[in-house]
Amino acid sequence: MAYDYEKSIRPGKLPHIWCPGCGHGIVLKGLIRAMDTCELDRDKTAVVSGIGCASRLPGYLDACTLHTAHGRAAAFATGIKMAKPEMTVLCVGGDGDGTAIGGNHFIHACRRNINMTYVIMNNYIYGMTGGQFSPCTPTGMKASTTPYGNPDPIFDISKLAIGAGATYVARTTAFHATQIDKLIAEGIKHKGMAVIEVLDDCPTSYGRRNKFRSVVEMMKRLKDIAVPVTAAAKMTDEQLEGKVLTGVLFKEERPEYTEQYAQLIQRVQGA
Amino acid sequence: MAKKIALLQGNDACAHGALYAGCTFFGGYPITPSTEVAEVMSQELPKVGGTFMQMEDEIAAMAAILGASLAGAKVLDATSGPGMSLKQELIGYACIAEITCVVVNVMRGGPSTGMPTGPSQSDMQQAKWGTHGDHAAIVLTPASCQELYEETGRAFNMAEKYRMPVQIQIDEIGAHMRERVEFAEPGELEVIDREVTTLSPEEYEPYADTESIVAPLAPFGSGYRYHVTGLNKSADGFPTTKAELVAHEEQRQIDKVALNAADIEKNEEYQLEDAEVVLFAYGTTSRSARYAVNELRKEGVKAGMFRPLTMWPFPEKRIAELADQAKAIVCAEMNLGQMVIEIDRVAKGNCVVAHIGRVDGEPINPGQIIDKVKEVL
Amino acid sequence: MSAKAEIEIIERYCKGCNICVEFCPTKVLEMDAFVVKVVNADACIACNQCELRCPDFAIKVHKL
Repeated sequence: MAYDYEKSIRPGKLPHIWCPGCGHGIVLKGLIRAMDTCELDRDKTAVVSGIGCASRLPGYLDACTLHTAHGRAAAFATGIKMAKPEMTVLCVGGDGDGTAIGGNHFIHACRRNINMTYVIMNNYIYGMTGGQFSPCTPTGMKASTTPYGNPDPIFDISKLAIGAGATYVARTTAFHATQIDKLIAEGIKHKGMAVIEVLDDCPTSYGRRNKFRSVVEMMKRLKDIAVPVTAAAKMTDEQLEGKVLTGVLFKEERPEYTEQYAQLIQRVQGA
Repeated sequence: MAKKIALLQGNDACAHGALYAGCTFFGGYPITPSTEVAEVMSQELPKVGGTFMQMEDEIAAMAAILGASLAGAKVLDATSGPGMSLKQELIGYACIAEITCVVVNVMRGGPSTGMPTGPSQSDMQQAKWGTHGDHAAIVLTPASCQELYEETGRAFNMAEKYRMPVQIQIDEIGAHMRERVEFAEPGELEVIDREVTTLSPEEYEPYADTESIVAPLAPFGSGYRYHVTGLNKSADGFPTTKAELVAHEEQRQIDKVALNAADIEKNEEYQLEDAEVVLFAYGTTSRSARYAVNELRKEGVKAGMFRPLTMWPFPEKRIAELADQAKAIVCAEMNLGQMVIEIDRVAKGNCVVAHIGRVDGEPINPGQIIDKVKEVL
Repeated sequence: MSAKAEIEIIERYCKGCNICVEFCPTKVLEMDAFVVKVVNADACIACNQCELRCPDFAIKVHKL
């Protein structure tokens, strides 16, 4: 039997809204497999997003889904998790949503080390509004608002998450489909803030402007630039030029926020 | 058992009112002159097993309470002008997604940073129209510490009943003055909790039409899986652009307040029976107005006061009646003319409508009001 | 050579992105007017790469 995705997809919602070749669908499938791996009870699972193409993902998933305002997913999700710590809380969204307008909420969720899993689809662009540059659009590349090439340096989302205090940070790409569910599942099982960055393709708004002839060419690029962290350890700086590390980039055990707060309540009530 | 009585400042009374109403989650961000609400909640919530979250910014505070509310908590946020401006988008989100919450705005003047420690009533139109798009608003304007305690409870009741944000507008004087507050015994004041659906998860639609027009909320995690979005949606919660569905949902959200205005409205009428001049005042300004009424009566002027405790929805019907009855309605408020716009609209030229405003960080005193009344008559 | 899997195409979901066609190691699939079709069923080695990378839920690989 082929993999049963339908049981997790709301009836009548396919085909989805994403453009031909958009990697978000690959991530959605990976997320479903990860949720299955972790045997999540969908009645007790909240999937929260902001605004943008990637943020339309929760609408397809048969769970408690919340499509919030631009950038605010992590803050809404924090409220859900604190009010009902027994729920599994997943955040999904894009690079612009998560690191520009939502950057503050993102880093503070990492800092608290609250037990959530944030899957951030980095396709280097604001897709839904027609291809404006994001904090992750590589310098020099074209977007509808960088017609002369992007002058801005980029955020490295995974490094940002590590620096801010997330205790599980992993990266993969839409090409490496089997790794998506493995890393997300590991993130869900991890107690604390887990961030999984998935490099992804926007053929319509990013590829078209930047001389990619097809989504296949964009996928091949993802394949080429990805270097597993284990392999990277044996490579020189020169060899790593232009490459992106994939796999589990960072993992540590640190007190988790909802547990810390529960202890605070116990302490206060005991006093 | 003797009742618990305490000398509390308004912000503290507000926090204790929220606790009485069963608030279990506070999300906030420090801002003068509202911070004491957060401080009391940080002290008290853990004692009752509740959660206090000081978030990374004002927007996050608003987002956190909405998330917690969806998970079933009774939620509060307290802020002041600049914070209120930042929260506006998510106030709108709470309107369209119909998420129960109470937001306190301790008004401090502005625009921008304004006068953080000075009183003001200049966010009254923002309270109604601050967020974009058509939407209903419920806004309460208590005038004493005791009233803040009790009206905060009413704000929760309205929010729970009508599944929407309810705002409490306090001026800085109301927030920081200290008065005797009598705590209510359990069961003494009405506490309304949001209706729970009786439908099975298969039958359940989060935004379906019901008799009360307010669809019963199923908290996340309670076995009902549904979708919440800030997009225009149909009854099933999913986005739609179908004209008739969008129009229906927008209208229902306006109607749930408009059709229940009698339940939501609350006013105090002071010496209005024979009043020829009506003072329209709210918040702490109403204290000066009450004094002015008493002084004017001593001089033989038939003055009275109309004091809304619910400012929005605006008490149109009663103001129209008073415009027919009186020679003049004089609106006293610490701004340059906000609620007077509504009075003027509703009075339709049937009486003189005058305004006393003040934005210099000082309260409106009775003398100012008396002078204005004499000038108008 | 016999097929290791039967490939099911849900045509109304397919958006013709060509990812499955390009990354199939045994050239089982082809694009036909922006909808994928199976042209070389016997060559399928059931590697599942097409299903995994199909963003549109349009391919199911039923292993035989």
